[in-house]
Amino acid sequence: MIGLVSYIVFFLILSLIFGIAVLGLNLQWGFTGLFNAGVAGFIGIGAYTMAILTGPSRDAVFGGFELPFVIGLIGAMVVSGIAALAVGIVTHKLKHEYLAVATFGIAVTIQLVCLNWEYLTGGTLGLIGIPNPTKDLAEGPLAQNALFLCIVISLGLITFIAIENIVKSPWGRMLKAIREDEIASSSLGKDPARIRLEAFVLGCMAMGLSGALYVSFIGYVSPWDFLPILTFQIWTMLIVGGSANNRGALLGALIVWGVWTMSGYVISNVVPSEIQAQGGAMQAILIGLILVVMLLLRPRGLIGEELQVSRHARSLND
Amino acid sequence: MFLQHLADGILSGAIVSLGAIGLSFTMKMLRFANFSHSELLTWGAYAALVFLSFFSTFGGFFDQTIGPFSFGLPLLFAMACACITTSLIAMFLHLYVFDRLSRSAGHMTMVFASFGVALVLRHLVTLIWGSDPIYYSNELQFAILLPGGVRVMPDQVFLFGLTIFTVIFLHLFMTRTRTGIAMRGVAESPSLAQVSGVNVNAIILWVWIIGASGAAMGGVLYGMTIQLRPELGFSLILPLFAAAILGGAGSLYGAVLGGLIVGLSENLSVMIIPTTYKPAVPFLLILLILFIRPEGIFGERKR
Repeated sequence: MIGLVSYIVFFLILSLIFGIAVLGLNLQWGFTGLFNAGVAGFIGIGAYTMAILTGPSRDAVFGGFELPFVIGLIGAMVVSGIAALAVGIVTHKLKHEYLAVATFGIAVTIQLVCLNWEYLTGGTLGLIGIPNPTKDLAEGPLAQNALFLCIVISLGLITFIAIENIVKSPWGRMLKAIREDEIASSSLGKDPARIRLEAFVLGCMAMGLSGALYVSFIGYVSPWDFLPILTFQIWTMLIVGGSANNRGALLGALIVWGVWTMSGYVISNVVPSEIQAQGGAMQAILIGLILVVMLLLRPRGLIGEELQVSRHARSLND
Repeated sequence: MFLQHLADGILSGAIVSLGAIGLSFTMKMLRFANFSHSELLTWGAYAALVFLSFFSTFGGFFDQTIGPFSFGLPLLFAMACACITTSLIAMFLHLYVFDRLSRSAGHMTMVFASFGVALVLRHLVTLIWGSDPIYYSNELQFAILLPGGVRVMPDQVFLFGLTIFTVIFLHLFMTRTRTGIAMRGVAESPSLAQVSGVNVNAIILWVWIIGASGAAMGGVLYGMTIQLRPELGFSLILPLFAAAILGGAGSLYGAVLGGLIVGLSENLSVMIIPTTYKPAVPFLLILLILFIRPEGIFGERKR
């Protein structure tokens, strides 16, 4: 029984951490129509920033400042935000698939830097011994994980409420206006390029936060954690849940991560250990199939965008 | 050293060119960026592996290698069968995924779907053939020494020759045959082509066949000169997009020239930057071209 509870806690922590990244992507794609295919890169930046700021110092590697957890979280968001600002300025002219190709390339480049800049990132070995903030606060792994879950839930809730408020604000309505018709919104005096950039930076900060939580929970960071498949997983979560709906984003994270871990569990028990690489392939095939089938059968996701009618239009109908 | 990098660049560029032709055509004529196109290279390479072992069982005449090359007739037959196989895969994907989505949803949905399709195709290769590198042949080859101290393998000469032949063949196809001319019409305007009596659906199938066959040839040539592995196509995804965008979507010569530029700049870059960062070069090219001339070298400027 304890085993099941601790497994559920572990599962919820990871799916909520990914959920935060999905919320960030939802702000970019769901509400603004920005095709960011470099999600893994920005999660990676957050993760490495966390590792460098809070990790123990070591020889021949930069960082190891042993700063507090909260500083690490803020630092990760700031650095991801700055990276997103730089990327956003370079790519501000690009739309749709061109933006997708460019951001995909950025994620590949970030992963290459993580892999090769040993002084900063520890190279292929990555950085280990990243402190988990709950280690000093609770006894035993279950209590620690439960406490970490509380941290993740509260941060997830803050992100959720923040993005909900953002998209309901006048600024958020501009996002949708730009997504639907850029020319019309610029004719109303809005600056689409600037607003898109702001949404891009905000979304990437959420991804950085997600990466930072991921490393402090797992305890180490390696360049192999941020391969393009992570980007596809986050995208699948958003598509399954329903883009332009923050509840959908979180639901999608739970469902897709649930399918991923359960299929992994089944495969590791059924498939003989000598062909485990093939087992991992089966998991990836499953994710790909879910994405394609979902797009074919229910493109708006499980709970998609709610149609909104202007207050003024409604009063006209009455 | 410079000349050697130049030769290597042209050779790897030729493979990228073959793959980029199809990607460029789908970007222009089907109006979406197909992230799963690179997986067709992988499938072409592995399909040829299956047909190669089939044709090799015939023995006799089929056992001999041709001249200085590491392969014989079986590989050439296998390559042709691989082109047919990947064309069938591409047509299947078109009919059951991309065409349905293009009718029911926007073209961005097709891009998402291509992510999913790419995941499935790539990992099916791992599932079927495993993740270890495979080679078509264990024949040892001796490099030919060209003037200037440049070393090339006989197979690489074949690769280059076949690429030139394919491009000339496609050029004649696009300019001399009714199907080719209709294809250019569809690229310009599908509805205008349709009212002129062009069967747009049939033309789009031809686009897939040409794209998939080019990809299969690129994959086989990659497998022949380097090795087969499940990430073969995936590692080429940025070079392919770079070549297609550089050349301008829909342009045959653009894709070929783009492929050569990508291959050359990748291989010449190692003289300036560490080899480990080589995969980032196509991405920098993409940014550069999108910044300077977003429509590509041969693309038409929108007015």
